[in-house]
Amino acid sequence: MSLVNYATREITCKIVYYGPGRSGKTTNLHYIYGQVPSDRKGQMVSLATQTDRTLFFDFLPLDLGTISGFTTRFQLYTVPGQVYYQTTRKLVLQGADGVVFVADSQSRQLDENIESLQDLHANLAEHGVDARSIPLVLQYNKRDLPGELLLPVTTLEDALNFRGVPSFEADALHGTGVFETLRSISELVLRRLGASKG
Amino acid sequence: MVTDARETFGRFVVGANNRLAAAAARAVAESPGATYNPLFIYGAHGLGKSHLLGAVADLAAGLWPELEIRRDDGAHFVAGHAASVASGSAEGFLAAHARAGMLLLDDVHALEGHPSAQLALAALIDGLVSAGRQVVLAADRLPAGIAEVEEALANTLSQGLLVDVAAPDYETRAAILQRMATEQGLELTNDVVQDLAAREYRDIDELRAALAPIASGQRKPAPKLDAGEFESFLSDVQVVVQQHVESWRGRLKEAIAYWQAEGFRTGVLERALDLPRAPDVAGLTATFTAAVEHLRNLERQARQVDPSLVGHAVFRDPERMEAAEDLVERALSGEARAKGPSPAFVREGFEVGASNQLAVHAADAVVAEPAHRYNPLVLYGPSGVGKTHLANAIGNALQLRGDRHGVACVNAQQLVDELIEAVHRGDVDRWRARYRAAGALIVDDIQFLGGKERTQEEFFGIFNTMIEHGRQVVVTSDRVPADITDLEARLRSRFEGGLVVPIQSPDRTLRERLFARYLADAGRAADEEVLHLLGDHPVQSVREIIGLVTRLGAAAELHGADITVAFVQGELGDAVAAAAPRAPRISAAVSIGDPFLDHEKTVFEWPDAGARLIEEMR
Repeated sequence: MSLVNYATREITCKIVYYGPGRSGKTTNLHYIYGQVPSDRKGQMVSLATQTDRTLFFDFLPLDLGTISGFTTRFQLYTVPGQVYYQTTRKLVLQGADGVVFVADSQSRQLDENIESLQDLHANLAEHGVDARSIPLVLQYNKRDLPGELLLPVTTLEDALNFRGVPSFEADALHGTGVFETLRSISELVLRRLGASKG
Repeated sequence: MVTDARETFGRFVVGANNRLAAAAARAVAESPGATYNPLFIYGAHGLGKSHLLGAVADLAAGLWPELEIRRDDGAHFVAGHAASVASGSAEGFLAAHARAGMLLLDDVHALEGHPSAQLALAALIDGLVSAGRQVVLAADRLPAGIAEVEEALANTLSQGLLVDVAAPDYETRAAILQRMATEQGLELTNDVVQDLAAREYRDIDELRAALAPIASGQRKPAPKLDAGEFESFLSDVQVVVQQHVESWRGRLKEAIAYWQAEGFRTGVLERALDLPRAPDVAGLTATFTAAVEHLRNLERQARQVDPSLVGHAVFRDPERMEAAEDLVERALSGEARAKGPSPAFVREGFEVGASNQLAVHAADAVVAEPAHRYNPLVLYGPSGVGKTHLANAIGNALQLRGDRHGVACVNAQQLVDELIEAVHRGDVDRWRARYRAAGALIVDDIQFLGGKERTQEEFFGIFNTMIEHGRQVVVTSDRVPADITDLEARLRSRFEGGLVVPIQSPDRTLRERLFARYLADAGRAADEEVLHLLGDHPVQSVREIIGLVTRLGAAAELHGADITVAFVQGELGDAVAAAAPRAPRISAAVSIGDPFLDHEKTVFEWPDAGARLIEEMR
């Protein structure tokens, strides 16, 4: 997908929030949506089931305005976490400039986290993308839950962050860590755009 | 110099009000002395001019550690200059500034009412700029607006780039406010920021002052994010974009994207992206643009001849300029090459003697290193001495080197005739291209161009093309270029700029060898005595020798006789007889190892007629 168009002076970044079902990807986008001035955000598109689980995907276009002469737009997507929406996940992942992996910090969700991360790598590989090169940030969500339900961050780091990418604790429901995560993935993506020859 | 850590491009909020100034400042920091020099930034007080000067210093110091950066302000300059004049050390004061690799001078308007300081500054800037050193100045008004400004200073400042910094617009004010608030650890809601930004401010200081009441009433916020976090995020994105996207590489990528969209290959620009340091982006893109324009012109020329060539790949790649030029030349010439050298004239058949050895040596050098040693090579001498032979021999030898462009070899009179015909047919371009496409050009009897103005004009262009493309030019003439009547001075000077070498009438030794050779070619034997006799025959050209041999051969055949001394004397009569007495003397001179290659040469080149007569009678 088009990243930096120096001819039209446009920057367009596609960032995909990935992770197991119910890890809080859509919640991240909802929080961001709530913080963005109305003139900066497009209509958030969220196709959900009656039980509020993402069926297809969320899409939040962010217009960051003109930055250094570049009309800058971020497009935030989530994938459906449920295992059986594999095709949709693959489609949404196509052309991603960066990925936020939203992990559920609960102990009982560790296997789902690992499975989803493996799924991410597999889908990237199918798109011909080296998972080691694409900007990736981990978010350990739901840190607001009682401690006895949660895995220590060090355990999550050992299990999921073998690449040593930036990681953030978050409580997406209340906003903690949401913008830190977005800021980090944005910087990684923009740095990569600046370093590329494209 | 020590830079202010707060004055960086990263902290400078760019908006519509200052975008050009910021871009120009960044350009001069990245390529000091190469782009806008001097750079004059003007605008009201408190709009960021000093910040930009500091940012230039900061960035340049980082990129060019060896660069001596000197920062000063107008008031200090005036005071320093006045003190130095009073103490008689004005030269030292200016010399200290003149050593700077980059001079940053703030508040230039402070020189108002100080004419001597203005003149000193004008001279200082002129010196720095001419030495390729960067000068950046800032003032609250245009140079012309400085009261009683000296004309010299106004002119000097006006020769660079004048760029303004205006008051920030609403969005920029909001971004600045947010930046300031973040730096001060203040929590600002969107409503607060928008409300503050909506007010009118004369400068940044007033903007900063607007935050003071909020700062005093607000404790440092907790790390917990607040309602302004989107703006904070936005501000960070802005910094990242400025650092990683809107860099010199960014500008280069912008040019690459533009030219790729126009359909041109941009390999040379793409390779510049890999440079470890900022190149002269403006110069690079300007050169690329010029190359593209040239390619477009070539394509237009090609279209007139062969529309199918439009869109050819070579017209889309500035790195294949030569191929594009060749393509056009071939198209214009209709693939018909100019006439080549006569295969009858080869170097091996050219007899060398004292009268032509310099010319032959030059010809051999040209063949060995075409267009390197002697270009053009001008051979001059009387008719029939071998100029045409030698010139064609050069052409044949060059062709044997395998130049794919071929060698054009033409008589100047033929050149005139061809041009007249081309003008008549209306295809001068094609005729011109035929010669321009040649790998080497040989024009015989260039004296025929005298008075042919149009042919001279065309030849001048062809000649220049050949020289510029490193292709050999050889011309022959019956006289030195200076003596050719009605030859344009520019052509004459170009001929004289090469090697002008004479071929003289064959000397006696060469004449003997030529007689021996042509008699042998005619199947006639001649002993040494006959050759000595013939060598004394005062012929002026090789053609005369060939004519005499033909005549002797015909007579010998008619009479069934051999060619003996008696036969020659009987056939050629008085001419040989009269010359005969000199033969033993010359022969003796050669036999005793005369240091001169040819004795006769010293006689005929005797500069003084009287001395020459004495030598003849001796």
